[in-house]
Amino acid sequence: MFRRERSIPLRGSAAALCNNLSVLQLPVRNLTHFGVVHGPSAQLLSAAPEGVPLAQRQLQAKEGAGVSPPLITQVHWCVLPFRVLLVLTSHRGIQMYESDGSVMVYWHALDAGDASLVQAVFARGIAASGHFICVGMWSGRVLVFDIPAKGPNIVLSEELAGHQTPITDIATEPAQGQDCVADMVTADDSGLLCVWQSGPEFKLLTRIPGFGVPCPSVQLWQGTVAAGYGNGQVRLYEASTGTLHVQIDAHARAICALDLAPEVGKLLSAAEDTFVHIWQLSRSPEGGYIEVEHCHGECVPDTQVCGARFCDPSGSSFAVTGYDLAEILRFSSM
Amino acid sequence: MSVRTLPLLFLNLGGEMLYILDQRLRAQNIPGDKARKVLNDIISTMFNRKFMEELFKPQELYSKKALRTVYDRLAHASIMRLNQASMDKLYDLMTMAFKYQVLLCPRPKDVLLVTFNHLDAIKGFIQDSPTILHQVDETFQQLTEIYGGLSAGEFQLIRQTLLIFFQDLHIRVSIFLKDKVQNSNGRFVLPVSGPLPWGTKVPGLVRTFNNKGEEVRKVEFKHGGSYVAAPKEGSFELYGDRVLKLGTNMYSVNRPMETHMSGASENLAAQTQESIAPNPLAKEELNLLARLIGGMEIKKPSGPEPGFRLNLFTTDEEEEQAALTRPEELFYEVINIQATQDQQTNEELARIMGEFEILDQPRRSASKGDDLLAMMDEL
Repeated sequence: MFRRERSIPLRGSAAALCNNLSVLQLPVRNLTHFGVVHGPSAQLLSAAPEGVPLAQRQLQAKEGAGVSPPLITQVHWCVLPFRVLLVLTSHRGIQMYESDGSVMVYWHALDAGDASLVQAVFARGIAASGHFICVGMWSGRVLVFDIPAKGPNIVLSEELAGHQTPITDIATEPAQGQDCVADMVTADDSGLLCVWQSGPEFKLLTRIPGFGVPCPSVQLWQGTVAAGYGNGQVRLYEASTGTLHVQIDAHARAICALDLAPEVGKLLSAAEDTFVHIWQLSRSPEGGYIEVEHCHGECVPDTQVCGARFCDPSGSSFAVTGYDLAEILRFSSM
Repeated sequence: MSVRTLPLLFLNLGGEMLYILDQRLRAQNIPGDKARKVLNDIISTMFNRKFMEELFKPQELYSKKALRTVYDRLAHASIMRLNQASMDKLYDLMTMAFKYQVLLCPRPKDVLLVTFNHLDAIKGFIQDSPTILHQVDETFQQLTEIYGGLSAGEFQLIRQTLLIFFQDLHIRVSIFLKDKVQNSNGRFVLPVSGPLPWGTKVPGLVRTFNNKGEEVRKVEFKHGGSYVAAPKEGSFELYGDRVLKLGTNMYSVNRPMETHMSGASENLAAQTQESIAPNPLAKEELNLLARLIGGMEIKKPSGPEPGFRLNLFTTDEEEEQAALTRPEELFYEVINIQATQDQQTNEELARIMGEFEILDQPRRSASKGDDLLAMMDEL
């Protein structure tokens, strides 16, 4: 059972985007950072354990040419071996900041050259893989940036081709060893999933085709891909082979966010149907393949959820954002 | 965001506008022939070929200011006049209705069915004019051509673009409050029961497969809602059962039209962001307005069809009161075309506008009678 905790107020309501909540847990400092996209701006705030807001900062999308300012598509903290960077993607480019958002360390402008008149141009999908940060594009390309241990000398090291439609989300996990080298999965608007092995050159390992609906959110846990789809389904595949192992009719509307508490194997799914579900992932003793058990369902009344994340490593608390809602809702288990 | 959103926004808002005007014309007992003329004139202007051409070009959504100005002009495309307060209320009702429809669309693609519902009803308003009917059918064709082939992902982007446009709008609408479709805090009710989107299964099942693809386990879980599978998919043909009720005329019976202003708007800090930014009207927006105005015939309120004023409120006093008490954060800004900075386009627009009269300043008068007299004085 979960109970509602004190909400954290936001300066601006959350935009109707997917994966619209990023959480950086800092248990050592007894702090949690939250990042939410409002539209042309994103809000960062830090809170103490009871949800007491401590500090907040707003970041704007850069390069406002034209009548209206560009819109931000996603904000996400990337935890790298020696530093944490905050990445912001928009319709103009990719902005990278020090983790508190105080200093912009890198700006990459989007090249709209190839886009036809009818295509929207934007960056979307952010994940850290080792000392790389990967960012997805409207074209389906994934940019791989090499991040130094400190300083602004960030270099675009590779551009991955695997997708033909806009990237929606990227997930990574530390490589699981010899048997499973897959450590990154990218998803797109057509529902296609690409599984990669990171390295000085990323290698495409498997392609898992879509079935006519977008895949807005994806996670990777112990060699298993968990994907949430526009028709409300959550599917789990074996990353190295692409074999479908679990299919859950989980939600009544499009899924907007998935999150993992990797240490305990908990998966969280949130959708536009106002529900958040928590699932326990495990490996069956016989076949060693992945199994899923439903743990808990929470209804956030009259709220089109757009972001959801666990707030602690044991998966015993989570936070939710909703379209038009100017607060972060918090839940913790009793 | 998506560059294919403007036609859907314009047509659906226009459809809602016509529903509301039709109901008010009947409520105010405007003679049938006058009422029909007003609706015919507005529909004919809306579906003007050059205007539609401009509208369907791939482009970013217009600013809220520009869009509001378009509807101002459209509402005045005939012999009918609206005071500022009534125009504001009309726009409030239009925008909240379409926001509701977008939010409740089961699938992102269903916004196309909502649009078709509006077009179907618009055809019903057109009387004795095969030309206008043909214009609407042509627009239907264009919609099918452009949107018929879009993927689910592209519709999702269109949906997100529309929702961002409507973000932070929480005006309470009487009909919605009465039907329990909107809460007293202005937020829409999102039911957790009813028909599912086409293509979505009833939630509650976990299926496990082995390496050979054989199902080895099937477990149910309690998902918390009470859903049923959709009976059938709505039709995207020129004629057909749309199945979806969103976008049909909710005013066809006499329904209350009040809106409630207090506490309607939140996040002022976020909203002022847009008004602080410099105004320049984008070239595209000016082009659209020019096309719209260019498509309007020269209208002089004279001869056998004298103009009249429509009131969105029940009495003139209510209308005046509404004008005085509208919260500042809900002031709609309408573009003063003379004041734009783009000299060349401005001159062109001014020339087009100079060719006919439009009463820019709404009249304030105590009664309808005075209004008509004043109008006739101008002839």
